[in-house]
Amino acid sequence: MPKLIRSTGGVFEEVEDTFVAIEDEAADPGGDILVSFSRLKGGGEALAARSHGRLGVRLEPEDEIEDLEGRLAGVALVALAFPKFRDGRPFTAARLLRTRLGFKGEIRAVGDVLRDQAGFMVRCGFDAFVPADGATASSWAEAAGRHSHVYQRAADARAPAFVERQGE
Amino acid sequence: MYRYDAIDRAVLADRTAEFRDQVRRRLAGELTEDQFKPLRLMNGLYLQLHAYMLRVAVPYGSLNPVQMRALADIARRFDRGYGHFTTRTNIQFNWVKLDDAPDILDALAAVDLHAIQTSGNCIRNVTADPYAGAAADELEDPRVWCEAIRQWSSLHPEFSFLPRKFKIAVTASPHDRTAAKVHDIGLLLRRGRDGETGFEVIVGGGMGRTPYVGPTIRAYLPSDRLFSYLEAILRVYNRHGRRDNIYKARIKILVAALGAEAFAREVEAEWEKIGPEGDLPRAEIDRIGAAFTNPDFVADPASGDFEARRAAEPAFARFVRNNLKAHIRPGYGIVDISLKGIGETPGDISADQMDLVADLAERFGQGDIRSTHEQNLVLPHVRLEHVHEVWKALDAAGLATPNINLISDIIACPGLDYCALANARAICVAQDIARRFETPERAEAIGEFKIKISGCINACGHHHVGHIGILGVDKKGEEFYQLTLGGSGAEDAAVGKMLGPALPIDRVTDAVEAIVDAYLRERREGERFLDTLRRTGDAPFKEAVYAEAH
Repeated sequence: MPKLIRSTGGVFEEVEDTFVAIEDEAADPGGDILVSFSRLKGGGEALAARSHGRLGVRLEPEDEIEDLEGRLAGVALVALAFPKFRDGRPFTAARLLRTRLGFKGEIRAVGDVLRDQAGFMVRCGFDAFVPADGATASSWAEAAGRHSHVYQRAADARAPAFVERQGE
Repeated sequence: MYRYDAIDRAVLADRTAEFRDQVRRRLAGELTEDQFKPLRLMNGLYLQLHAYMLRVAVPYGSLNPVQMRALADIARRFDRGYGHFTTRTNIQFNWVKLDDAPDILDALAAVDLHAIQTSGNCIRNVTADPYAGAAADELEDPRVWCEAIRQWSSLHPEFSFLPRKFKIAVTASPHDRTAAKVHDIGLLLRRGRDGETGFEVIVGGGMGRTPYVGPTIRAYLPSDRLFSYLEAILRVYNRHGRRDNIYKARIKILVAALGAEAFAREVEAEWEKIGPEGDLPRAEIDRIGAAFTNPDFVADPASGDFEARRAAEPAFARFVRNNLKAHIRPGYGIVDISLKGIGETPGDISADQMDLVADLAERFGQGDIRSTHEQNLVLPHVRLEHVHEVWKALDAAGLATPNINLISDIIACPGLDYCALANARAICVAQDIARRFETPERAEAIGEFKIKISGCINACGHHHVGHIGILGVDKKGEEFYQLTLGGSGAEDAAVGKMLGPALPIDRVTDAVEAIVDAYLRERREGERFLDTLRRTGDAPFKEAVYAEAH
């Protein structure tokens, strides 16, 4: 099993992944499930009304994040896929999901996920990661915390340089 | 000039440490070359034909003497005693060893320099008018905005993995010396009706395989709304730019596919959602702006024997005619340093020459040095009474070639001598043409004439916007050259048109000379080559080049 690293209050820990990805046609096995975006769109109400287990949805880079609007009730996890780590679309998706859609649940980076992007991912609102490069929770935390200052506002609460400077 | 504060230095130190760790992981075998490649590219480290090449950022083409000396030191210690200024106003070292790269980056960081985002699919070094803060025709100093863009775009969490590279130019003069209209974004500073300043925003220009002069998507953007607007453009591009084909991934392709109006509507809709939250506070712009107010100017300084020497020394007069430009303040001039010595490699500069330029900038130029996208250097603030002494020193070092904007002031990419992508050599073609037009009287009689040479279709030598563009192509293993006429990277930006069949390497200089001779026959009073060409069309030139070829 690839490991799952989750950040809670800035602490990175390896945790058990309770979500089971299910195919679009497969029966709901109960428990925590991860469905495709099209399955969520097709069976949203039934999925939201599940009494046992939590619901997660996986988006591919070409899915429009705005289409989640009005469909996030009952969704605990949004997994954003990086088919290649060079594909930068999930950074925008995560940022908009946090800041524009106000999603408070878990945003998980899956696919070709490398520690060298950890800092960018955290800044864009990701809080869970399935690294493809064998990174551990501690090496992930080190990479994510590499930069002591940032220049831009993003989806995290970090004060950019221009705000830090105002305090001088 | 802007000086790094503790925060800027910390960002650089963190980034350098990160790259040192990445190199360590690569050398230890923890990273494959495939995984390492994009990481090293984000730090300007390329693998070329013969060696690694490190591209060092010169943010908006601005250097101080301490930095220039550090570059000279790196050239001596880690390269073969020279560096190469590029068409992106950066400097490249062509003979670097991978295990030296972290030490070079440390040496750079010690003087606030780096190689961040000089490659990779991210926002690259911003291009500024090399005469910024000095040009007589300038509306306001564009470097303030360039520095703010430098910070905003550095290690941007959302926009570091774009579909393709991304280049922004800022100019504040009616004469565009940045090639703004062939950048991904061109920002032209304008005065609004309310007396405030803002930008005309051009998006989707570019060269490469598919050259475009970028369309204006907003005639006037208030300057305090710049960053939310840039965020909107980049977001639309990051989401919708093509990622399936590297040759169709630049923003120009998206803008052309949607049409400028539809693209602009998408940007405006996104911009509305972002709101002023995405803008930089006025206090930060003012803080940066204060760094560019120059306290060292003397009011109306004497010009000494400047005029007398100009009258008495024809060689100095020629240098003044071609390499000295009008300054915004009386008694000062802008000195262009040509890196196009006849027979030299365009853009190359030796370590000793770098040291000399640093000394001159310190003694006579308020410590300010600029690099230009045409691969030359500039001392933007020299008192007229010092120009003669500066000229003598440059001349002794082979840096006083009086050919700025003339036919031997040629842009050329490194071509097949260095580059793994090239199809043909570019440097030797430039050298051969420069030698043909070596006589300064002849070059001056021809007047403004921009030749630009690329060794392949990626167009690093900007051939599309050359008055004569020369593109190297490979025909069954032989180097051939395709000529285009009528390009311009200035305010009258245009993409050149192909003249005819490609020529073998030994016919290129003859063809250029035939075009020049035809121009001298056809031109009317006061016409530049471009003006004549636009009036006559390319028929006389086609005739001149191909008449004997049957």
